[in-house]
Parts: sequence; structure tokens; C-alpha cells
Amino acid sequence: MPHTRFRLNGVVTEVDDDPDTLLLDVLRGRLGLTGPHFGCGAGECGACRVIVNDHAVTSCDAPLWSVADKDVTTLEGLGTAEQPHPLQRAFITEQAMQCGYCVPGILMSAAALLKQNASPTEAEVRAALDRNLCRCGSHNRMVRAVLRAALDMATP
Amino acid sequence: MSTPKLPVSLAANPRLSSWVRFAEDGEVTVSPGKVEIGQGIVTALAQIAADELDVDIARVRMVRASTTASPNEGVTSGSLSIQHSGRALRHACAEIRQLFLAAASERLGVDAGALDISDGTIAGPGNIRTSYWELADEVSLDRDAAPNVTPKPSARRALAGQSVARIDIPDKVFARPRFIHDTALPGLLHGRVLRPELSRAKLVALNEDAARTVPGLVAIMRNGSFSGVVCDSETSAEAALRALRKGATWSQGDALPDENDLAAFLKAQPVESTIIDARTSDKPAGKARTIKRQYTRPYIAHGSIAPSCAMAQWDGDRVRVWTHSQGVYLLRADLALVLKLPVENITVEHMEGAGCYGHNAADDVAFDAVLLAKAAGGRPVRVQWSRADEMTHAPFGAAMAIEVEADLDAQDEIVSWRHAIWSNGHAARPGRASQPALLAAFELENPFPRMISTNPPQANGGGGDRNSIPLYDFPSWTIESHRLLTMPVRTSALRTLGAQGNVFAIESFLDEIAAERGEDPVAFRLRHLTDERAKDVIRAAARRANWKPMPKPGIGYGIGFARYKNTGAYCAVVAEIEGEEDIRVKRLTLAVDVGEAINPDGIINQIEGGAIQATSWVLKERVRFDAGRITSNSWTDYPILSFSEVPAVQVEIVQRPEIEPVGAGEAAHGPVTAAIANAVFDCLGVRVRNLPITRDSLIAAMELSS
Repeated sequence: MPHTRFRLNGVVTEVDDDPDTLLLDVLRGRLGLTGPHFGCGAGECGACRVIVNDHAVTSCDAPLWSVADKDVTTLEGLGTAEQPHPLQRAFITEQAMQCGYCVPGILMSAAALLKQNASPTEAEVRAALDRNLCRCGSHNRMVRAVLRAALDMATP
Repeated sequence: MSTPKLPVSLAANPRLSSWVRFAEDGEVTVSPGKVEIGQGIVTALAQIAADELDVDIARVRMVRASTTASPNEGVTSGSLSIQHSGRALRHACAEIRQLFLAAASERLGVDAGALDISDGTIAGPGNIRTSYWELADEVSLDRDAAPNVTPKPSARRALAGQSVARIDIPDKVFARPRFIHDTALPGLLHGRVLRPELSRAKLVALNEDAARTVPGLVAIMRNGSFSGVVCDSETSAEAALRALRKGATWSQGDALPDENDLAAFLKAQPVESTIIDARTSDKPAGKARTIKRQYTRPYIAHGSIAPSCAMAQWDGDRVRVWTHSQGVYLLRADLALVLKLPVENITVEHMEGAGCYGHNAADDVAFDAVLLAKAAGGRPVRVQWSRADEMTHAPFGAAMAIEVEADLDAQDEIVSWRHAIWSNGHAARPGRASQPALLAAFELENPFPRMISTNPPQANGGGGDRNSIPLYDFPSWTIESHRLLTMPVRTSALRTLGAQGNVFAIESFLDEIAAERGEDPVAFRLRHLTDERAKDVIRAAARRANWKPMPKPGIGYGIGFARYKNTGAYCAVVAEIEGEEDIRVKRLTLAVDVGEAINPDGIINQIEGGAIQATSWVLKERVRFDAGRITSNSWTDYPILSFSEVPAVQVEIVQRPEIEPVGAGEAAHGPVTAAIANAVFDCLGVRVRNLPITRDSLIAAMELSS
């Protein structure tokens, strides 16, 4: 089996799975992560989004080979309880969820947005999250949380 | 004086120790029978317990419901968890507090009245002190609750009314496993089930050869039309399932109704008819004319973001099940029926799933896991449905056709009102009947008959008839429900049951009459209400939305109101929409009265979420099908509201700390539905009576009115 090498949350990782294996299955199955969630398996709901280099991509329909030699960041790599990412802090402050199943994907989409656009408008935040679905109706809280995080990151 | 009664959940589970225990390490273990389904109930219940016991909420450890020890509180549904679990816990904790004060008084030799409790430390004059934990060995909680206990007055509660942060949120933002989907058990295997595309098709033949060659395959299971695979990884399980699907030969399925004429279908079926309520006037007024309208809503999918999931593990003739079901005891009862095992052999534990909006496939997949785990040689098996199966085989919210008719006198005042509902039943939950409600039970070699949904009685809020009795003081009315006795599309409980459809019909029709009279719809409603709490929420929503703003081209405003189940939360909403070819909901302004608001932010979160979900139902959602199969089996074919389409939502809580609290999760759906439809009329002069309100239904309504 060929090796696929990529950096996962900053750590060089080698996987000897079939390169056509779906990235989500590698992350959750072989590597045992629980940040990225399975929602639809078709790249439609965004619960499985991870950041590859600087872009949030759906890992449920991305083959392993597509991340070869790239940087993959999952929710586990965003921050910890001890050193939270401003987005994680803001989601707690805004109580920005009900069930929270979609949250890992939303956080990764938002993190990718803030990398590219440090001070997005509300409409830009919504547009960036349009390919993430939330069924509980927590959208507005999440948008507020992303804007709060952006403000937080801009404050020295 | 009447004998004081225990809260209903406490009467059913009176043993105090089944609710609360004091752990040695300074923790309080609280064990409710209700479960977390994304609504934040666990935090609100922790607040209630901490408040009544006078302990810091950080000491409270909430235990997930399990049939091994938890109080049996039936199902977590109907916005009743605060009413049931909350009241029981408050009462139980009040008694526990008294028992410990009495024990402390004895130990410290001080009158109980001189003692005070602060964060679990019981202290009195002269720096004497003890604590719940010191006294825990002396005070047995293995005793039944006494009815003559009075919880604290609302003014003395420190936590109730505070927006305490949800206790589950940190885990969810820091990727700490909390969901059943993320839980790893030692030796865990993965299962997938093969289900037909054609509605209720039978498995005629199954060639397993290709599936047998998939690496990682552990077992293939077939029992009648039920079949599935067990593998050592999810990747293998998916591959084996694909191979198995290619080897399957199915019978022709059952015919489905015409999705474009649901009302005709619903009204042509055999029905069981019930008069839900009738009111006659002692002074019959003359009727000058009668107007009649029909409103419909389609089948609606639950569409949780996670597919349903469960784990099961056999040990001889005993099985342990992990589930996100709304009722662990009810699921256990159904499993006992189908497995022909005593309930003692079955343990059912709750674990969190994604947001649950009613009877989805949680129970079905639990039975799937139990069946597949039989082939796993004692190893645990996790079964997860596919997105397509979730959108096809899980029960839907029932389609409804509602006729409303009003007799008006010469002054166009309503003198009589008739409301008739045609719909499948809105409940086919497990654990309540002599036959199981689990999908695979209908597919086995020796199948159980498919359950036809029924309706809970009005005393429990009703089903298809939920919220069909007007709160308005019309002089006379007849409310009738026609429950279908056939069920080609599987339906069961979805958030609000029939209330969304009935409130849509009542509130739209009232708007139509107000418009014909040229009367302001808010004033018209207030004039027909006597309940001050009802009037207060309508006034509050209207005030907050500056009702009624000056007309602007392309913008419309509408009002909607209901008291959920006629006994629960009051909710009024003003919708502001923008409409041309498509409708965009710009803003929803809501006022809600839930009695005592235990966790205000939790209530706002629930109302906000309900309002947004209802907006999605109204603008987008409709289960699609052709003659033989459900076709809306992906998010592309069953779109829901996106971030850019979500309206601004403002929620005002009308505070009533002295009134017993009720739930908030289902209060907004009906009023929001009606308010949007009424705003569409205000904006475009078009009355859409068939949901959803899409470009197509707008054009159809325009053609009808021209």
C-alpha cells in the first residue's frame, strides 16, 4: 500500500491506506479523530469540513491523495481548552449552538474565512458559512460568534 | 384543603435516591429521566437542582438516562421536560434539603431554623457547620418523596432566571467526544443496513458473493427483507454495503400518493373521525354569509445533521444498547417485544445524537444495531444510517389538509367557526402499543404489521388536532379530526405535531377575515381574546416590531399567535418579509411567555431556533416522491434554509417568575408559519394556503386569485 504523507494539526503523518480512501474515513477511522463529523457523505452539509492549507474543504468526499504533502487542520488542531482559538472562546460566550453536531465544520469554515479576511462583514460571514448546514436554527448566534472572534483577534 | 400532590414524574418515580445522590468527592449526582437532544435541558435541570439544594452548579454531575437506574420519565418530547423533570427535581431537592437540615439540626444541636446552607455547607450560629457530604451516610434517600413539601419561593432562588452557560458546550467546541457517533468501545465493529429505494419493496433475492470478498467483512446478516453487513471499519462496511446492494433483487414497492395533490389524497382515504371540541352559543346570532378556506402542509423531514446511529452488544441472551432515542424505557419495551426477551435482559442507555426534533430514526437504528450485533460474536457494533436512508426511511411529519369555515353576521363578525383536519396520525412511537414501532420489525422474515400512526388525546395536547381549538372567544365552534387509516408514507411525531398546520390555518383565516373587514389584524385578535397572557405577548411583539410600520413597496408585515397545545408557552410573532418573485424573510420579532424562565438564554435559543426552523419549513421544505419512491433523499433534493437566508430574530421574554415553567421548544413554529404567510399577503396581496411558500406556490396562488 502506498504511503500518503501530510501534516495533520502540525504533525507529519503517514498513512498507508488506499489513496482513494476518503479523507474523513482516514481521520475518523484510522487516526481516531472525532472533530470532523459525518453528516451526508456528499459534501453538502459541511459537518466534516477541515482546513487543507488555507481552505475549508469537505473531507467526506475528498480522497486521501488530495492532501498529500499538504497541511490538514481539524477541530482538534484549532485550539484547546487551555489555549482556545478566539472562535472557540466566542462560540462559548455566544452559546452558539443547540445540538452542536454541525459545529466542528462551522468552526473550520469560519477559521478559514478569518485567515483570508480578518475583518469580515456580517454578509461575508454568512456567505462563508452558506455551505455548512445547521438544522437547530443557531445560525445567528454562530454569525455573532464569528464576528466577535474577528474583533477579538483584531484587538492587540 | 385538598391533599398536596406530587409532581407527575415524582409520583411515578418516588424514590428520592433515584433522582439525587451525594457523592463522596463533594459532588451531587442528579439523574433525570429526560435526555439531552440539543435543547439544553440538562443545564436547566442542573440549575433547578443546584438552586433548590443551595450548592454551586459546578458540583452537579448530570447522569445520562439509562434503564439501569434512571427514573422512568417516558419520552423527552412535547416541550414537557421542564414541567415533568424540572418540577420533580425541584420537589425532590426541596425535600432532600429539609431532610439534611433536620439531620444537621440533630448533630449540631441547633434548631433547623437557625441553620443555613451555602454551597452544600450547612452552617449555624457560632461557626458550627456540617455538609451534605458529611451527613450523607446518616440521611437515607432510599425513601419515597412526601407530597407536603414546599420548594423555595421564586424570590429566593439564586440560579433560576439566570442565563447559566450550557454545560455541554465546551466539549463540543474542543472536539471532546460526546456524541454516540464519536464514542469508541473496545473491539467496536461497524454495521450498515441495506434498505430498498422503492417504498416498502421486499427483498426477493440476495447474492452475497461480491460482499463476501470485501476485506474487513465480519458478517452478513439477512432475516426476511432485513439485511446488513458488519465489518471492522466504516470504510469496509460502506464497501460491503455497496456490493450487497448490487446483489439485491427487490419486489415492486407500494404506490405513493400524488405529491402535487396531497389534499385530494388525504380526503379520499378511509378515516377515523373524532369531534375534538364543540361549543354552542346560548344566543345564536344570525349568519349573513359563510366563508370557507382550505390550507395544507406537506410531509416534512426531520433532517438532523447527523444520520441516526446506535451501538449494541450481546452477551449471551442479554443485550446492551446505546441510543439517542427520546425514551430509553420505551425503546426497551419495543425491543423486548420483538426479541421476545424479558426487559431485564435489555439495557438501554442514552448518548447524545444530533438535534432531535421528534420521532426520527433513532429507535429504528437501535434495533438495526441489535440485529446486526447478533452476528458479531459478542463484540459491540455501531450502526449508522446513510443520509439517503435518513431522508427516506425515517418517519416524516404528517401532511395535513385543513378546512376552516366561518359564519359571519351582517356586521362581518364571526358567529360560528368550523375546523376540520385530514391527516395521518402524528405519533407512532415505540413502547406504547402491543406491537413494535421499529422499522426492521416490519421487514423481518416473520414481520410485525406496519404501525398506523395515531393521535395522542387532547388531554395530552392532541396530535393532528393539536392547537385546533381556537383560543379566541368565538360564540360557537366545531372542531373535527379525520385520522387516516392508511399510511403509504410513514409518519410520526415531528416538532409541534399538528400544531404548525392548525395554527397556520387559524391564524391565516383570521387574517383573511380581518382583511375583508378592513380591520387591523392585531386589533382584531386582541378584540377576540380574554386571556391577558395571550394579549400581553401579542402586544409585546407588536410593540417591539413597531406594529405596524408604514407600508413600503416590496415589504410586508404579518402577525401570528398561539399558545402551544393551548396549555403551554404563549408566543406571538411579527414577520417582516421582502417579496418579489421569491420570498425572503428579513426579520422575526417574537414575544414569549413560558411562566418562570429558568434559563432565559436557553429559552431565547429555543425560540430563535424554532423560528428559524419554521422559516425553513415554510419557505423550502417538502418531502418529494414519485409513484414509488421518496426522491428527496439528499440536501440538494431537500434543501433547508442557509445562513444567508436566515432572518434576523429578536426574542422578548415576558417574565412571569411566579407561574410554573413550561417548555419553549415548540412554541414558535405555528405562529412563525402564519406570520410569514400573512406577511406575504400584506406584501403581494396573494394568499398562499398551501405550504411551502415557494415561487411555484406563489404563482399557483396568484392564478387562483386572478
